[in-house]
Amino acid sequence: MNSNAITTRYPGYDVLNKRDTPSWDPITRQVVEERLSMSRQPRFFDLAQWTAATALCTCVVVQPDDRLAVPVAAMLDARLFEDQGDGWRDARLPPLRQAWCIGLAALDAESQGEHGLVFAQLAAARQTALVEQMQCGKLRAAAWQGMPSDLFFSERVLHDLYGAYYAHPAAWSEIGFGGPANPRGYVRLNKNRRDPWEAIEATAENAATVKRKNTRVR
Amino acid sequence: MSGDAVQHPRARGGQAPDVFRKGGWVSMREYPCDEEVDFVIVGTGAGGATLACRLAEQGFKVVALDAGAWWRPLEEFASDEAHQQKLYWTDQRICDGDNPLKMGSNNSGKAVGGSTVHFAMVSLRFRPEWFKCRSLLGYGADWPIDWREMWRYYDEVEQALSIAGPITYPWGPPRKRYPYRSHELNAAALVLARGAEAMGTAWSATPLATVSAPHGKSPPCVYRGFCVAGCATNAKQSALVTWIPRALKAGAEIRDLAMAGRIETNDLGRAVGVEYFRDGAWRFQRARNVVVAGYAIETPRLLLLSANHRFPDGLANSSGLVGKNLMVQSNQAVWGVMDEEIRSYKGPPSLSISEHWNYQDKGKDFFGGYAYMSQGPLPVGWASTQNGRGLWGAKLSREMQKYNHQAGLKIVGETLPQERNRVTLADEKDQYGLPVARITYGFCDNDKKLIAHALHFMEQALEAAGGKEIWRQEDDTCHLNGTARMGDDPRTSVVNADCRSWDIPNLWICDGSVFPTIGGVNPSLTIQAIACRTADRIRALAQRGEL
Ligand SMILES: Cc1cc2nc3c(=O)[nH]c(=O)nc-3n(C[C@H](O)[C@H](O)[C@H](O)COP(=O)(O)OP(=O)(O)OC[C@H]3O[C@@H](n4cnc5c(N)ncnc54)[C@H](O)[C@@H]3O)c2cc1C
Ligand code: SF4
Repeated sequence: MNSNAITTRYPGYDVLNKRDTPSWDPITRQVVEERLSMSRQPRFFDLAQWTAATALCTCVVVQPDDRLAVPVAAMLDARLFEDQGDGWRDARLPPLRQAWCIGLAALDAESQGEHGLVFAQLAAARQTALVEQMQCGKLRAAAWQGMPSDLFFSERVLHDLYGAYYAHPAAWSEIGFGGPANPRGYVRLNKNRRDPWEAIEATAENAATVKRKNTRVR
Repeated sequence: MSGDAVQHPRARGGQAPDVFRKGGWVSMREYPCDEEVDFVIVGTGAGGATLACRLAEQGFKVVALDAGAWWRPLEEFASDEAHQQKLYWTDQRICDGDNPLKMGSNNSGKAVGGSTVHFAMVSLRFRPEWFKCRSLLGYGADWPIDWREMWRYYDEVEQALSIAGPITYPWGPPRKRYPYRSHELNAAALVLARGAEAMGTAWSATPLATVSAPHGKSPPCVYRGFCVAGCATNAKQSALVTWIPRALKAGAEIRDLAMAGRIETNDLGRAVGVEYFRDGAWRFQRARNVVVAGYAIETPRLLLLSANHRFPDGLANSSGLVGKNLMVQSNQAVWGVMDEEIRSYKGPPSLSISEHWNYQDKGKDFFGGYAYMSQGPLPVGWASTQNGRGLWGAKLSREMQKYNHQAGLKIVGETLPQERNRVTLADEKDQYGLPVARITYGFCDNDKKLIAHALHFMEQALEAAGGKEIWRQEDDTCHLNGTARMGDDPRTSVVNADCRSWDIPNLWICDGSVFPTIGGVNPSLTIQAIACRTADRIRALAQRGEL
């Protein structure tokens, strides 16, 4: 697990505790349930791609280690399996699936070239270094087939991985987001006001009490 | 159930979904394809739905087509950003130019009700001078419509949508009271207010198209904050719950999952109907008049796709301007962290506004104006904004921990019309076998100066309001307009003031495409006002036998 993982300001808060309250309607329950029970096995990626994608997700999306990790790679795979596009693409990038296939293969090729190992086999620090080079557009091996690596990183890697991660209730809880809110909505809109069904923010001093209170927020 | 809406048309067999009752239906008049109806309208968003309603109420036979689904908000709109992507236009489009645009969730809807189903409800009038900005302000192009006439139509639309707004609006000529009282301000909106006051400029509660008290079958807004993911309560006055039900009642037929691929013209050079794909087959609806209302990308695309040997460059394109002068609005922001808890996910995203720099011209080194508004991003959107700064990994996680303390000010800024910003057809095909749109966009120097001015001003305002760790979001755009502009001269415009094309007298364009300039306010109120005016003009022309 990543050593610089952050701790939440909202200990004990879990939006899922509100599942059976007036903040969740049936369609929301169904949609989130489907996401939570999603298969963690790939249907789109082959083994090599899956290995690279899983490693890339772990490297890019830092998760706290006191809970089950959000299956970002599986969510990405599901999206690619459905070929769910955004409705546009930068002309310099190939379509969604192709971009990912090229990008992951290129990352392995770069890693092989530099270290003689595929991306997933690299130590965390080396993975991060390689990703940073990708972010700066410095990776230009033939395996990229002309696709700019910085664009792949910003428009595909960040967009798709974080789009998946922050669609997960665990991520909502982590940042103290109220989550689904129909039909109950919210009543207290002013600063420093929270509805009883919203997370309480903890300070270093009161974390334990807040944690207890947050487990009852619903 | 939601799969159902995108797989099988719902409006058929003499009925259409009743958006106000779970599982309910309302009756709908139907016209056979071989009946020559008075109007076939492509697109049922701000422009198309409004026009369909007003024309049907005037007694015309109207069939409106939309490529998107007919959703039932009460049952099918989840409180979930990812799931609600089903409302966006996600068919492929290719973006290039100096500042390639981001489409989809950012600016394009695909549903009965169009982009209004997931719009942010900000309902603003143009500054009067903008209708003559070439003559009065020295830039852009004049509109062929007088502002006083538009003012009457703004009144009409504000009434129809029960806009909730302040008792007095600080900018522009006097207007009537808004029909509904403004919404309570959330903490993010109060940050804007504090900043504006510190800068000595006016601010206001934003006039919004979501009701603050019951109206008809719409309950008041419950401040759940998922507005741009679709409103599950029907408080939002989208076209889906306003103009569409009225249109049905007046006898219009609305066909969901009906993708128009081509407008046919005859040897006389008149439009004769629309070829569209529905329920697994291409069909043809005959009509005396064809209206295109597919928004600023799909409208020019359809006109270009309809090229034939008589109109080799596409329909209504003798000026060569179809697809050109695409205007977005700049959508830059400053963000900061507040000591207090803000929790801006509560309530509509933009509850307060400053239009100061739309009305004040002194101290500007650029043409045009901008409004700025308070913000309420949800987690996926917020993470993507943070990604835009290049943040990921632990740095991003740490920033995301400040979610409930962040506040932002974001502009809706005017950009100038430029012919090089345009929509053309690409080689790539979509699922219907039709060439997709290629969208080329780049800011000009004036646009960049406006953005720089706005960021500088808002940075000071946010700091004065107590914002810390302030940073600039420099890359966003929103709203689309201008690819089939209206004007007085057939050589320099595509349609006239009545939204009637110069080249084909029974072909009309009624949506955001017709704007000659875009101004510094969100466009939907103006689109709807123009649609109401067009309906009245059509009635007048019909009465004189000039249709
Ligand atoms: C997230 C978001 C927030 C927004 N917030 C605001 C706001 O606060 N205030 C504001 O004023 N504006 C806002 N807007 C913009 C506003 O929604 C649009 O300007 C407005 O809806 C455009 O109206 P239109 O009629 O031109 O097109 P649309 O409303 O987009 O309608 C076009 C319709 O045509 C259909 N269509 C297109 N091509 C075809 C075809 N070939 N065949 C069949 N159907 C077709 C589409 O499916 C679509 O339903 C927002 C937009 C977005 C995306
Ligand atoms: S905040 Fe109001 S308008 Fe927005 S989704 Fe909720 S009820 Fe609808």
